Amino acid sequence: MTRQSKTWLVLGAVFVALLVARGMIGQGLGRVYVKRTDVTVKLPEAAVNNAAGAPSALASGSTNASTTTAATQAMETPAAASTASSSATTISWQEWKQVTPLEFNAAQKANPAQTEITLSWPRTIGLWLAAFFTLAIFSFLYADNPFYKIAESLVVGVSAAYWGVIGFWDTLVPKMFGALTPGLVKSLVQPSLVAPEKLQQISMIFALILGVMMLWRLLPRGGWISAWPLAFIVGVTAGLKIVSHVESDLMAQAAATMKPLFVSVTDASGATNMWDSWWASVANVLLVAGVICCLAYFFFSVEHKGVVGGAARVGIWYLMITFGASFGFTVMGRIALLAARVEFLFDDWLWLIDPNHFRGL
Amino acid sequence: MSSGNFNNTNASVRPWFERLDRIDRRWIFLLMFLAVAGPILWIGVTGKTLPEAPTLAARAVFEEIDHLPARTLVLISFDYDPASAGELQPMATSLVRQCAAKNLRMVFIALWPLGNQVAQQTIQDVIRDDYPALKEGDDFVNMGYQAGNEAVMKLLLTDFAKAFPKDSRGEATSNIPMLKDVKMVSDFPLLISISAGYPGSKEWVQYVISAYNEKMNFVTGCTGVSAPQLYPYFPQQIAGLLGAIKGAAEYESMVNASLAVDGVATPPKYLQAQRRMGPQLVAHLLMVGLIIVGNMIFFARKRRGAA
Repeated sequence: MTRQSKTWLVLGAVFVALLVARGMIGQGLGRVYVKRTDVTVKLPEAAVNNAAGAPSALASGSTNASTTTAATQAMETPAAASTASSSATTISWQEWKQVTPLEFNAAQKANPAQTEITLSWPRTIGLWLAAFFTLAIFSFLYADNPFYKIAESLVVGVSAAYWGVIGFWDTLVPKMFGALTPGLVKSLVQPSLVAPEKLQQISMIFALILGVMMLWRLLPRGGWISAWPLAFIVGVTAGLKIVSHVESDLMAQAAATMKPLFVSVTDASGATNMWDSWWASVANVLLVAGVICCLAYFFFSVEHKGVVGGAARVGIWYLMITFGASFGFTVMGRIALLAARVEFLFDDWLWLIDPNHFRGL
Repeated sequence: MSSGNFNNTNASVRPWFERLDRIDRRWIFLLMFLAVAGPILWIGVTGKTLPEAPTLAARAVFEEIDHLPARTLVLISFDYDPASAGELQPMATSLVRQCAAKNLRMVFIALWPLGNQVAQQTIQDVIRDDYPALKEGDDFVNMGYQAGNEAVMKLLLTDFAKAFPKDSRGEATSNIPMLKDVKMVSDFPLLISISAGYPGSKEWVQYVISAYNEKMNFVTGCTGVSAPQLYPYFPQQIAGLLGAIKGAAEYESMVNASLAVDGVATPPKYLQAQRRMGPQLVAHLLMVGLIIVGNMIFFARKRRGAA
């Protein structure tokens, strides 16, 4: 057994021992409780009529229209149970809302036989999986290992699949198919689709043609055809970006740099506040000087000697300070993310702390 | 850490800077973990947070919202996903809380696919839990996610209903009472973006604010990575800016102070950002210490090399 394997073994054993010990002390470890709520919704008359008149694909078989609507709605509702029932004009289902362990304890104390608030096994397993994958990703800091590889592969796979689904349901279906065949999309997959105007429908035919041309590169011959939609994308993007950049980054920023080098700040009584005036003037001088010096550093048509060289050197200092500030902000951001994960492990999973008073520790 | 030029030196007679230079980087990771975990445990147990002194950019965000008359329409764009929630969720919570407490009419949109879910969660945590009198459709509405990035922003310039034809419940925009007078984005006196990158605050400035700078104001909260790119826009194009968790903590403290009721403690969910400033402080001290030690090693090696 290598030294690294031994270290892993010892670390793993210590971790499991601590986890078991933690599970036996106090309230134990991460669990998720849910509260059952019965929801009944009265359907508007129009919705009932629409459902009754839905295409056969929806109302086929022995399932009547309103039952289908109920089942669909139950599936769309987060944490809805599959026990949807229906009558002619109302639908009802059960929702499971997450509650705090404090609420569970109170309910148990009031009535030990209560079943309204219960432990949710799926959510508890989800919580433990989240904790496992957080630790699996952190384990890379020690060394590359199979747990990290599993977590990494899962992130890549889930992200790719998620983007695929989002691309299909949020872009292709409503924007492309919804524009070309609004009736079909509305009746089959998205009843709330707002039908586009005629002009938009026609423009989508061009978009479809461009899309097909783009995919042409997958065929063995005629790959050059995909250059046309690419040219279209580059042209449109460049047009959009140039205008916005000139307006917001060049003109507006240049205007914001043209500041008076001496500023007189007056207080409420109208008297000049020398201290504030001094600092406001210094800030403007530093700003204007910084812009000029940084521009001098990036101006290569003149040799960096004499005044230009001195300004360029000052420009380097400005750039270094900017990079330092960027680094500081990045560190702050990364630590905030780390703190959020550690908080999750200590609070939601290990129940070591209770900053939100969910458990009444 | 790198082995440098001292590979052949005997371990027992190595100078101090060489021994430090050879420290396994995993000790640094462990130190960083302890620097973050220690304050979290301490704050989690004691409930104490550090005091915050709001800076100009954070104060501007608070005042922009505070000065709006009740029932003003505010467009809030959730341009982030759970990956950045550690930094951005505290500011999103406080922004929505201040808007709800001011009785502003909030229109939520998302340009990131998962932005819709985080907006929904924020609505649940703040509006439904603490401001149940606010009615969906009259006081707030979640328009959901819309694909298209800058194209959606460009469309918002001319036709709001075309950019967001329905809300997240499937209700057509034309049927939503609070949006009956909204034709385009400039009908919102204030735009708020909580942004983790592209598309986000920068694109809102470039495509919307540059066109309507006179008609509408823009405030934003952003991640630490993107904050340096946005500071040049403050205060001309961005009226107020919350940079990373520090900005969130400053703003959160102002909102809490303005809504404080004597004898009633601020709910813990509105102290998220201030709680996370404890780990920030210790971890930053560690970073500064490590940078100083790194420089000391550098100069000591340089001196030894010169000798």
